[in-house]
Amino acid sequence: MKFFAYAAPQNFYPLAGRLGPVLALLASALAAAGLWVGFMVAPTDAQQGQAYRIIYLHVPVSWMAMVIYLAMAFWSVLGLVFQTRLSGLMTRALAPTGALLAFLSLWTGALWGKPMWGTYWVWDARLTSMLILLFLYLGYIALSSAIEDPRRGDRAGALLAVVGVVNVPVIYFSVKWWNTLHQGASVSLTQSPRMASVMLTGMLLMSLALWLYAAAIALWRVRSLILVRDSHATWVQQLPEVLAYRAVRGVA
Amino acid sequence: MIWQSATEFWAMGGYGVYVWGSLGVSAVLLALEVWLVRAGKQQALDAVCEAMDAESTEQSDADKISAPRVPAPAGAHSARTVAGASA
Repeated sequence: MKFFAYAAPQNFYPLAGRLGPVLALLASALAAAGLWVGFMVAPTDAQQGQAYRIIYLHVPVSWMAMVIYLAMAFWSVLGLVFQTRLSGLMTRALAPTGALLAFLSLWTGALWGKPMWGTYWVWDARLTSMLILLFLYLGYIALSSAIEDPRRGDRAGALLAVVGVVNVPVIYFSVKWWNTLHQGASVSLTQSPRMASVMLTGMLLMSLALWLYAAAIALWRVRSLILVRDSHATWVQQLPEVLAYRAVRGVA
Repeated sequence: MIWQSATEFWAMGGYGVYVWGSLGVSAVLLALEVWLVRAGKQQALDAVCEAMDAESTEQSDADKISAPRVPAPAGAHSARTVAGASA
């Protein structure tokens, strides 16, 4: 099957190299459009004034922090079940971006909370579960990189990623399950959005841009991870870019 | 465009610190991530070069150990046959 052929790093490496720049270009274009709509076109919010514009960052980074964790759990299950070599590498490639976005979710949330709630932080269900997500990312990175044998590191990390995935629905439904200071979902799958369509457009553009960014940066990162993991393999040592780099390095 | 002036835009209705603090830190950290991944590619290529160097060193060490045993008698033998043939 074609899909499983790409589970081999040797086949995935060139594919990632072709996809990455396209996704990065699309992400830049969508981010430019999203920022324009969000900061130049969208009207002022009746209740929150201009502070609401943090939503164009806060919601996309929060969504993607959760989506990336789900993607890590997906790759981890594949890795644990099928022993595919790419899975651990993809999980490792996604983790730093997920951690960054989880941090940015907390950061932008704090800067939004201060003017609206009067505090940067409360130990509220939504905020606390997001903090736990950040710790899960950091824990995954620490665990998988602390184990010297890379394949064992992959497996240990995969286990952590799969176990930790229960936190994602907790974050998502926290505003329903508990009485929290955090406002309810801005966009829900079951009801029509409770925000002006131009605001929604800006937010969705930014979310799509960040989605593509995350994919592009993970593919870019996984290529380096593949090179290191397979540095003794002939296919890596015969890559044109490796030979070119070696030639330049030899002169220097 | 909803803004009357640049000053109004930067002020963000008095919430400038919060709005630009969010956007600025996000932009800086994403740029930092791109820079780190770019540096990571360099490190990965270095790692491959080191692996290749290590392998070629092992190879030449192996040559040194085996060198005196195999080619020398073969060379001596061929020299003798050449000498014998010319005689």
